[in-house]
Amino acid sequence: MDMRVKKQRLVMVGNGMAGVRTIEELIKVAPDLYDITVFGAEPHPNYNRILLSPVLAGEQTLDEIVLNSWDWYKENHITLHAGKKVVEADRVRRVVRAVDAEGGITEVEYDRLLICTGSNPFILPVPGKDLKGVIAYRDIADTNEMIATAQKYKRAVVIGGGLLGLEAANGLVLRGMDVTVVHVMPTLMERQLDAVAGGLLQKSLEERGLKFLMGAQTSELVGGGEEGRVSAIRFKDGTERATDLVVMAVGIRPNTELAEKMRLHCNRGIVVTDTMQTVTDARIYSVGECAAHRGIAYGLVAPLFEQAKVAANHLAQFGIGLYSGSLTSTKLKVTGIDLFSAGNFSGGEGTEEIVMSDPFGGVYKKLVIKDDKLVGACMYGDTVDGSWYFKLLRDGRSIADIRDKLMFGESNIGDVGHEGHSKAATMPDDAEVCGCNGVNKGTICKAIKDKGLFTLDEVRKHTKASASCGSCTGLVEQILMFTAGGDYSATPKLKAMCGCTEHGHQAVRDAIRSSKLISIADVFRFMDWKTPNGCASCRPAVNYYLISTWPKQAKDDPQSRFINERSHANIQKDGTYSVIPRMWGGETTADELRRIADAVDKYKIPTVKVTGGQRIDLLGVKKEDLQNVWKDIGMPSGHAYAKALRTVKTCVGSEWCRMGTQDSTQMGKDLERAMWRMYAPHKVKFAVSGCPRNCAEAGIKDVGIIGVDSGWEMYVAGNGGIKTEVAHFFTKLKTAAEVLEYTGAFCELYRQEGWYLERTVHYVSRVGLDYVKKRILDDHEGRKALWEQLQFALDGEPDPWFELDKAAVDKRQFEAIVA
Amino acid sequence: MSDWKKICLVADIPALGSRRVARARGMDVAVFRNSEDKIFALLDRCPHKGGPLSQGIVHGESVACPLHNWNIQLGDGCARAPDEGCTPKFSVMVSEGAVHLSASELASHALDLAKPLAGPALKATAA
Repeated sequence: MDMRVKKQRLVMVGNGMAGVRTIEELIKVAPDLYDITVFGAEPHPNYNRILLSPVLAGEQTLDEIVLNSWDWYKENHITLHAGKKVVEADRVRRVVRAVDAEGGITEVEYDRLLICTGSNPFILPVPGKDLKGVIAYRDIADTNEMIATAQKYKRAVVIGGGLLGLEAANGLVLRGMDVTVVHVMPTLMERQLDAVAGGLLQKSLEERGLKFLMGAQTSELVGGGEEGRVSAIRFKDGTERATDLVVMAVGIRPNTELAEKMRLHCNRGIVVTDTMQTVTDARIYSVGECAAHRGIAYGLVAPLFEQAKVAANHLAQFGIGLYSGSLTSTKLKVTGIDLFSAGNFSGGEGTEEIVMSDPFGGVYKKLVIKDDKLVGACMYGDTVDGSWYFKLLRDGRSIADIRDKLMFGESNIGDVGHEGHSKAATMPDDAEVCGCNGVNKGTICKAIKDKGLFTLDEVRKHTKASASCGSCTGLVEQILMFTAGGDYSATPKLKAMCGCTEHGHQAVRDAIRSSKLISIADVFRFMDWKTPNGCASCRPAVNYYLISTWPKQAKDDPQSRFINERSHANIQKDGTYSVIPRMWGGETTADELRRIADAVDKYKIPTVKVTGGQRIDLLGVKKEDLQNVWKDIGMPSGHAYAKALRTVKTCVGSEWCRMGTQDSTQMGKDLERAMWRMYAPHKVKFAVSGCPRNCAEAGIKDVGIIGVDSGWEMYVAGNGGIKTEVAHFFTKLKTAAEVLEYTGAFCELYRQEGWYLERTVHYVSRVGLDYVKKRILDDHEGRKALWEQLQFALDGEPDPWFELDKAAVDKRQFEAIVA
Repeated sequence: MSDWKKICLVADIPALGSRRVARARGMDVAVFRNSEDKIFALLDRCPHKGGPLSQGIVHGESVACPLHNWNIQLGDGCARAPDEGCTPKFSVMVSEGAVHLSASELASHALDLAKPLAGPALKATAA
């Protein structure tokens, strides 16, 4: 039966970045749902308005900033009416009416209407505002007029010392004009910078030839130039300054002219709901600078793109994407001047400030902190860490543990891999940015420019940069920032687990617990997953959340685990596997070594290696040999392939060592026997040293135990991986039984609350060490309960190398079918 | 057509999983089953670095390669954008619950592609 219905008609008013992004998102998810018509008042396809300043400055051309070519509209069957301004819309008949320059009229009917009329520049209501040579700075026409004027005339005045005004002034200076910036406030960019940073900015712009009149109120623009041009600007105090061009950059106002005519509710923008529908008429959506969401009309790209995604999902009739507002940051696009601000940088009641000021060196940094969280940042001169601070701000992560080093930036808190050359702007194009995937700066810049990328996620997808270990994320964000221009990063307040869902990790964990979901299908149904069976990113996470929340009840799903946890061995680059048997506390025997040696010969295992965790790794085992190798060796699974307890590294300890104060090897063996087979959000490593010389390197493990004369010291959340982190001292314990209980309770808390792929170091920094101390050290009942829960979960758990059926290992995987 | 060769039953392949099929010559063929019991067959070799696709996680009509998580479409063997590249696909016929592959394709298709190397074997070729 042919159920084909006539396509619905979607009309978009306004052909700008936010609107076209909405269309792009829409045709990605629902390519055939609508007949789409777009009206744009400017006679151009969609271009990157943020990059008008580099065009004015002569650093880029207009062609380079076009985002969607004429062909793009054609290829996607979108009817584009460029150069036609929509002047009326009838909400009852559902018709929009547009006029072109010649007065020709176009009428189109709609089922859904998307209003993206953006904003208009605010024009000071002073006499002379309509004179020739008085313009705003908003679009390609304004930019072209400035370029043309600079070729013919000498003097220019820019009214407005904000972001846009300074970029315009800088461009005009580079085009050879004598430019004075007139600003009504005492310092520049007062909404983005505090007075000190504003002063530094003014000084360095003056060095580039800009002139400033601060605290100057314009009263009139005087005519009388050639062809009736403006000839001077007059101020309230009666003084005048001669000029041939006046650029007004005193702010923008949401363009609600059409919406008001249609009697849509407007209040500093077209008022929209969290689904970006207007409150007045659910058929009508609005995104971009014209839309007022919870009282805010955003002017930066990232929030607008988030709005676009939500509107597109709703237009595509996909459930429940909601927009809940964004945090924004600012960067001035004047080549050679670095400034950055985000959040509440002016401080206020209940906030503390950390300030570093070097006016001679031209460096100033201010960080505003409230309740151990970064709430604002304002930087001038050295903005390398801007994106890192912005991330801390967005994540709302506690900074208590890094407070003393916060001011010195990310490279000072122990990232390895790009130490010493983390200044993206000064890096040569052939410098490697992503060490994991071998991506250099030039490749990233090219992808950003050629493919029109705006977000970290897009750069990851296209270049693989920062897609593996993530330690270069800050660097990639910086590159995005100065290549894409302006505000770069998608900044959802809540990060979705993956593209299959709107929900974040915490929401999924909470729902599994509170609604007692016990299968992956339950979770996908209950939480409206967008894909039928998730993806390789969310399915393993959800599977882990289920089995860690409901041990013995939720059933482990091997097909939702990575191959290593499905075959209980580590896959290698040639498709063979490695086998690491468990050696309790790193101790072995002649008998075990003989069996290992025999297996190496029998199965022709090409490489045998001692691991960093005091075990033996057999590399290059064929998949069909795995079961036999396990059997022949006869040692338990080392879980070296799993997000689970891996090694327990020990030093020799008091049994042999003349320095040893405690029997660390025995303590390590006891810990390992109590907690092996423990699955966790990520791998877990322990170490036990018998004295403070700490030969087992307990300071960089998830749990490190160090013997002292009077007992044991316990350290948590250390990490020797991508980000070397020294473990925090946690508590001092007297007996081995206490070490077991406290370690187990800590691990169980992490198992229950950690997000998938979050190491203990990240978990503890997310929830705060104080919280963990409260749960483990202060709450005695709670600690005992956690330790019992872990023992319950581990009781009777199978060794997957020997109890294959019980561990739900699909034995069919080991043999190939012979065709 | 008598060219179809019975390989196994649909039930012999785990749902959202795969089986490897060894051939007389050439690399293995991976046979996949998705959640709707659709069956697909590709050369067991990711177009990226040759990873064994049979070992990946199957979702929707794609498989995520176990080595670097490229998503390969089961229908045509091509990497999902923005990744680029395709792996050879094989014809599949399912009848009465049994999976069949083409004998002539198994004997002749994609014989030139080799397994990636690692360890001493890799060093030997570099030398």
